[in-house]
Amino acid sequence: MPDAAQHQHVPGLAHHFDTLDQQTEATTLGMWVFLVTEVLFFGGLFMVYTVYRYLYPQEFAAGSHSLDITLGAINTAVLITSSLTMALAVHAAQLGQRKLLMLFLVATMALGLVFLGIKSVEYYSKFVEHHIPGPDFHFEEAQDQLHAQLFFSLYFMMTGLHALHMIIGFGIMLFMLRWAWNGTITKDYFSPIEIAGLYWHFVDIVWIFLFPLLYLLGRHAH
Amino acid sequence: MSAHILPKRVYYTIFAILMFCTYLTVQIAFFDLGPLNTIAALAIACFKATIVILFFMHVKYSTRLTWAVVLGSIFWFAILIALTMSDYLTRAWRTFG
Repeated sequence: MPDAAQHQHVPGLAHHFDTLDQQTEATTLGMWVFLVTEVLFFGGLFMVYTVYRYLYPQEFAAGSHSLDITLGAINTAVLITSSLTMALAVHAAQLGQRKLLMLFLVATMALGLVFLGIKSVEYYSKFVEHHIPGPDFHFEEAQDQLHAQLFFSLYFMMTGLHALHMIIGFGIMLFMLRWAWNGTITKDYFSPIEIAGLYWHFVDIVWIFLFPLLYLLGRHAH
Repeated sequence: MSAHILPKRVYYTIFAILMFCTYLTVQIAFFDLGPLNTIAALAIACFKATIVILFFMHVKYSTRLTWAVVLGSIFWFAILIALTMSDYLTRAWRTFG
């Protein structure tokens, strides 16, 4: 057991923890508790989706059919790959491999940018097709315009909130990159990378559910 | 150090499974299986999320307290869906627009 004098010599160990192990467990648990609040956040939207899809299945299938399944699938693959590079970044951090850690962090961020780029292409095409809810909204493939607007409102709300989380995640990765570069992250003190990874994987999981629910609904219906 | 360092091989395997499941779920969507479409899509998504949580997020090697927090969030979400839908599903007096 390290005594009080040793605390000053352990880099990254905050004074209210006894060991790095204890601190790592506490920070991991803290991030998980935050992710639970994210489950609450997105869970509410998934609940709304469930209710309105149940009430208006035709309009939801038609709205889903108008989304670009290829771009959606590519984005899913992009995010899964970014989760791989993130996991490899944590692995590199655990082994003290500074350059590899930075490489994988940059790769994760680049894939995040690719995802956001494809998303903006999709959003633009929705704008051109008048599928953005509001005064300009017009959706030919459904009888009830209000019910169709519900689908697109949910589409923009859910993917928009998800994209916001991606942008925040990108910012977090910038901090991680800086800490990796200036030597803050070591073989013993790698928990910032670990918990940044938890956040990133969670955002990936949200998309893993968004993709089938939004894009794969009405695929066979027409 | 109590941190369990997973071999990279595990990450690559999980990645391959995730990509295959994505391919699978897209292909299934093109066939009309009625209510099975939704069930299949959700089942595949839940499986993908599970392996991300267990391996990428290291929950399989985490403390029981972490497990309790993770399972608690899933339990909460299940209650939300179950109780809310049990309301809507039992409203026989609704009319369709």
